[in-house]
Amino acid sequence: MNIYAIKAIYLFEMARTMRTLMQSIASPVLSTSLYFIVFGSAIGSRMVEIDGIHYGAFIVPGLIMLTLLSESVNNAAFGIHMPRFTGAIYEILAAPISTREIVIGFVGAAATKSVILGLIIMLTARLFVDYSIAHPFIFLLFLILTSLSFCLFGFIVGVWADGFEKLQIIPLMVLTPLTFLGGTFYSINMLPPLWQTITLFNPVVYLVSGFRWAFYESSDVSVAVSLGMVCAFLLLCLFIVHLIFKTGYKLKS
Amino acid sequence: MTSVISITGLNKIYTDGFQALDDIHLDIEEGEIFALLGPNGAGKTTLISIVCGIVNASSGEVKVRGHDIRADFRLARQQIGLVPQELSLSIFESVMATVNFSRGLYGKPRDDAWIEKILRDLTLWEKRDQRIMALSGGMKRRVLIAKALAHQPRVLFLDEPTAGVDVELRQEMWELVRGLREDGVTIILTTHYIDEAEEMADRIGVINKGKIILVDEKQALMKKLGKKQLHLVLADKLSQLPEKLQQFKLESLDDGQKLIYTFDTQKEHNEIPLLLKTLGELGVEIHDLQTEQSSLEDIFVELVGNKA
Ligand SMILES: Nc1ncnc2c1ncn2[C@@H]1O[C@H](COP(=O)(O)OP(=O)(O)OP(=O)(O)O)[C@@H](O)[C@H]1O
Ligand SMILES: [Mg+2]
Repeated sequence: MNIYAIKAIYLFEMARTMRTLMQSIASPVLSTSLYFIVFGSAIGSRMVEIDGIHYGAFIVPGLIMLTLLSESVNNAAFGIHMPRFTGAIYEILAAPISTREIVIGFVGAAATKSVILGLIIMLTARLFVDYSIAHPFIFLLFLILTSLSFCLFGFIVGVWADGFEKLQIIPLMVLTPLTFLGGTFYSINMLPPLWQTITLFNPVVYLVSGFRWAFYESSDVSVAVSLGMVCAFLLLCLFIVHLIFKTGYKLKS
Repeated sequence: MTSVISITGLNKIYTDGFQALDDIHLDIEEGEIFALLGPNGAGKTTLISIVCGIVNASSGEVKVRGHDIRADFRLARQQIGLVPQELSLSIFESVMATVNFSRGLYGKPRDDAWIEKILRDLTLWEKRDQRIMALSGGMKRRVLIAKALAHQPRVLFLDEPTAGVDVELRQEMWELVRGLREDGVTIILTTHYIDEAEEMADRIGVINKGKIILVDEKQALMKKLGKKQLHLVLADKLSQLPEKLQQFKLESLDDGQKLIYTFDTQKEHNEIPLLLKTLGELGVEIHDLQTEQSSLEDIFVELVGNKA
């Protein structure tokens, strides 16, 4: 195991985060705060409670999840895409490091950033909405697993994309609809039966639901199923990454 | 001599079906400077990229000091440093950070003294805290060299190190390369400048259309193909060569208006002074004179032209 190399990549990526603090932390925190103000405080106070939870508080887990997913994918995708774009990736490919070490370095850094971001947003939410977390450990578990899975997913996108446009497409065209329809702003039980069934094919539903359970012990699907889904997604991403590097797909010609 | 790099039966067919390398066999010897010459698109970068692990070979075997580049990639790659052809750098980083990063990638702990040495050698020390985007092209190239040397490699690949570099920096790089060779580093460089190969290399390989068409000692190559000619234009035609000039094996052109003396560049001393003295004694007046040398360039053009 080339620990120095993992450390070098990890620190390189963290340094990038620090350089772009405004873009990588401040801007998502700000935009999520706007949701809290508008939906949480302003509109939320006029809404009926859902499952006995105040509406403002109800949407907090989903909103954290929403930002977490898109930031994880964006950041990880950008992290690996940038050196490919500039050609600086040559050095990583030529170094005595295994694919596993490359992934640990890049995805580890991206996930660290996501977890920090998730925690900051959670704390910021407290400024606008009153809520409590019933199961802090489950909360952390979801936070970490989700960050890891979606950073891995982002890494895959960054390897797959051959231009900045494609880099934007997945978060924008796939992730945003899935999160908005994933039960962030409503409970699935509020949908007509047919849509309830369709919704169950949306993986984000399980994430939001599990996350919400960690806060309020109320969920659309059982928390065990949610956890299982996150783990399954994590494994799937790991498998795809494994395939990518085994075939050298798009990194080596 | 032991081989540092041994390449056998190497082929590369890119995904679009283009065969960039065709059955390459090549051995690089410990401590030498090997120059790989070839026209654009000959396959130089492809060959280097395969040895360094950036491009996958289609078939064939490459060993670095006996370590297979695939099965034993860690040991093989640890020995190698690469200065790529393109200025591929992440521009937002500082010089110091990017050089330390390179060292880390090769699994080595920080060594500030070593990094300071190479940055000073490359006159980058003053610029160490600058961001790379604020550097000139020549400086960026030096940064690439510093990165390649950060982990103290035993084999250094330089892919067109002096492309787009001014005369002064070129001289500096040659100095640097010589210095590295003195430290026992094996150097493989590609170049389009034949004089560079002529100046630097111990051995020269010529690659064209994915095939190695010649590998030889530079001296032997020059000797074999390098000859120099002295052209003498006389004031008056010399219809017949005087006895005294027979020993020089002169060639007479234009009805004796022009004499051509061919000599071996590799010989310690040639007989030009004697020839000129003899001509003077004979009262032959020289109107003009010039020398011509078949350079590596001629050799190269001839080779590549012939086999094209
Ligand atoms: N990724 C690729 N896909 C397809 N063909 C490629 C690829 N990379 C290189 N080639 C082709 O392979 C051939 C050899 O390219 P290479 O870069 O090795 O040449 P070179 O000798 O380094 O040339 P130059 O002196 O211009 O740097 C060229 O014809 C090039 O077009
Ligand atoms: Mg090239």
